[in-house]
Amino acid sequence: MSGEHHKELGFFRKYVFSVDHKVIGIQYGITALCFLFFGFCLIMMIRWQLAYPGEPMPLIGGLLERLMGAKWAEEFMPGGRMTPDFYNALGAMHGTIMIFLGVVPLLVGAFGNYVMPLQIGAPDMAFPKINMASYWCFAAGGVIMLSSFLVPGGAANSGWTSYPPLSAIAQPPAAGWPILFSGQTLWLVGMVALITSSLLGSVNFIVTIIQLRVKGLTMFRLPFFVWAQFVTSFLLLLAFPPLEAAGVLQLMDRVAGTSFFLPEGLVVSGQVAMVQGREIAGGGNPLLWQHLFWFLAHPEVYVLILPAMGIVAEIIANNTRKPLWGYRALVYSTVFLGFMSFIVWAHHMFMTGMGTSISAFFATTTMIISIPSVIILTALIISLYNGAIRFTTPMLFALAFLPMFAIGGLTGLPLGLPVSDIPLHDTYYVIGHFHYVVAPGTILAIFGGIYYWFPKITGRKMNDTLGRLHFVFTFICMNVVFMPMFFQGLAGVSRRLFDQTQYSWGAAVQGWTITSSWGAWMLGVAQIFFFINFFWSIWGGKKVSNNPWEATTIEWSAPSPPPHGNFATEPVVYRGPYEYSVPGMSKDFFPQTAVTEA
Amino acid sequence: MYRNLLRMLILVIGGCALMAIVSPAMAQDATAPSFDVEITGTYGPFLPPDVSTTGHQSDLLINTLHWFMGVLFVGWGIFFVYCLVKFRQRPGHKADPKPVKAKVSKYAEIVVAVFEAALLVGLSIPVWAEVKEGFPTEEENPQHVRVVAEQFAWNFHYPGPDGVFGRAGPQFIDMASNILGIDPDDEHGADDIVSGELHVVAGRPVIADVTSKDVIHSFSIPVLRLKQDVIPGMRIPVWFNTKDDSAGNYEVACAQLCGNNHYSMRALMVIHATQSDVDAWLESAKPEEFDEDEFD
Repeated sequence: MSGEHHKELGFFRKYVFSVDHKVIGIQYGITALCFLFFGFCLIMMIRWQLAYPGEPMPLIGGLLERLMGAKWAEEFMPGGRMTPDFYNALGAMHGTIMIFLGVVPLLVGAFGNYVMPLQIGAPDMAFPKINMASYWCFAAGGVIMLSSFLVPGGAANSGWTSYPPLSAIAQPPAAGWPILFSGQTLWLVGMVALITSSLLGSVNFIVTIIQLRVKGLTMFRLPFFVWAQFVTSFLLLLAFPPLEAAGVLQLMDRVAGTSFFLPEGLVVSGQVAMVQGREIAGGGNPLLWQHLFWFLAHPEVYVLILPAMGIVAEIIANNTRKPLWGYRALVYSTVFLGFMSFIVWAHHMFMTGMGTSISAFFATTTMIISIPSVIILTALIISLYNGAIRFTTPMLFALAFLPMFAIGGLTGLPLGLPVSDIPLHDTYYVIGHFHYVVAPGTILAIFGGIYYWFPKITGRKMNDTLGRLHFVFTFICMNVVFMPMFFQGLAGVSRRLFDQTQYSWGAAVQGWTITSSWGAWMLGVAQIFFFINFFWSIWGGKKVSNNPWEATTIEWSAPSPPPHGNFATEPVVYRGPYEYSVPGMSKDFFPQTAVTEA
Repeated sequence: MYRNLLRMLILVIGGCALMAIVSPAMAQDATAPSFDVEITGTYGPFLPPDVSTTGHQSDLLINTLHWFMGVLFVGWGIFFVYCLVKFRQRPGHKADPKPVKAKVSKYAEIVVAVFEAALLVGLSIPVWAEVKEGFPTEEENPQHVRVVAEQFAWNFHYPGPDGVFGRAGPQFIDMASNILGIDPDDEHGADDIVSGELHVVAGRPVIADVTSKDVIHSFSIPVLRLKQDVIPGMRIPVWFNTKDDSAGNYEVACAQLCGNNHYSMRALMVIHATQSDVDAWLESAKPEEFDEDEFD
């Protein structure tokens, strides 16, 4: 391997259609960051309508009219006021883009692809071409999703959950347009592409972690991040196929006249419901879709959180200068969590008319799954004890992750018990809960990971002052955005309302909605620190050594940036991943690949 | 480093405090568009008023859980902040790599597990059985009503004096004269009343069969702690009972995205003090006799 000769590749093979896991990782990272920002822009628009319902949107309204043309503006934002249909499209696409095009590709596609092979000492992924195929499927899915904004009727507007029959009868293709060119249909096609991408990626990850570990790297010497990626890949591999199947079935319901999810006797606005100009055959069941959807979407929650925990664990071990507390407990908890995540899905469906025994089963599994989450969080917090904590920029984000994830996790309890779920189900309480897990939780971890591995990728460090400013404002604003949602939810405000002031309880907490909106716009402003820092540091950041954080894991023994093939000589591993502050040593870290204290 | 940490904490706490001071000032006077009647009760940032006979149980569970979550969070938080201050990197301080023998965490996990199990078995499961499956018997004289959801309205179908619902089918639906598709040949349907308002009596149990004509909706009455998804193709019975002193006007909401006007799918629920008030309203809501259909 080390003696292999790599011939010089042309520009396209090297940077665009590359099979190098690092280039693919960066491609994933940049693409997904763009999507993340785009998804965030959608919600900033929504927050205007929520805070000031029915008022024309300042600046952006006019800008969009210029950009998209008068005809578009007439359909979606007449006079700068968004229509309910456009509001629903923004909501559905915000969810879809953030999860499937933003966070998962960042965690798995970007960090997983770039860091994982380096952390196991591998020259590349096991199947480099499948890796490339995975990225291009993802890119295609993303383009399809985005293009759906441009077809008549706009992008999918039946929620990111796309519950039929609404999703089946919504947005029939406009006259003269091909059958596939309607928002919801493109959403389904895009999802199938994205799922295919994830499946290709997950197979690759599993094989790579099992087969390509270097000599001496036993499973229990793997960094926790690799374990998190390993379990995540199994979740993707096993949970996504049901949704891929369901996506194809719903596609058939929309374009081929089938009725997998459609019962007979549907009457819409007094007329017998039609799809594609034909009467619905009927005989299907709308709840089947929900089962298939949530069979993916609950494990998906752990796909969103486990790699983030992995990132946080790496940063915490490095910056406390001591081993993680309870490494094995962390690994066992993660595996158990992964397994349990397959048998909790119906807690999203308590309100569909579930009897006592079935709801008791899913409530019990849900309570059981909270135990390993508590163990992981406790282990990470106890890891701080007896450390020598360095407050580096990545460490600030990793530390903030802990209380934020705690809030997100704890507020899951009232939703997991069916009885307390009754008043809270489908309210802002749910929105607050899962955003605390994914936004102040996972996205803070993602930022931490970017600051942490940036020196490995570029050979330069990001600026600390800008990084700290970015941290402080992001942290505050995220809480301003999401904390009010718990009170709105308790008050009874449903999610996905175009104008909550229609209801007494909504009008009563409208002030909190306005607070939340201002928090979101401030959060947008705070990201300027990150943009400047990120782009400036690529070319102008302080040059640093191969191991600027004095870390122990294998990726830091490679050059920064690592060349094609990663390591000049195949590394050999002699010890566990977090040998910090070993007694009797002059340095406070002992890399996995070091033979002796050099 | 310590000073940096301090500065950071001041910034974070100060920022949060500032937002807390500023935010109520940004609140605007927002009043819900009324149904030409005043909505009863005061609404704010916590649970809405509860006028049901069962809702106190879910409220008890929610409140208990939040106290429990608060204790856990504060406990974690104190230890977390203690570690950040005590074990910050500074000259003369070194990390100790020996794993702490922390029994506390084990006990904490056991307490969490036991507490969750107790709430699940002691409260959640029996209460769920009661509110979802503990239907009132006919001796308790429940009021029967059909709830039919459609984009974007709630229709309430009352059986009329004969106490029997007329047969209904999609083939009879006419949006002008027969919105629920009640079979004109069914004699039980002749005295049926269809309205956009739900009228019940304080203290008399209600059994409502919920169905949908088109897409999935969710029948949500926050003041009753009642929520039930409405699935087309399925008929799902729900029940509730109101407190004796709960007479007033309340709102029914749709809690599941059902299309562009989902946000305005709202209905009025009137809880009357006596049965005779309901009967009087039902009398007034009776459709005028018209036989146009037969001339078509």
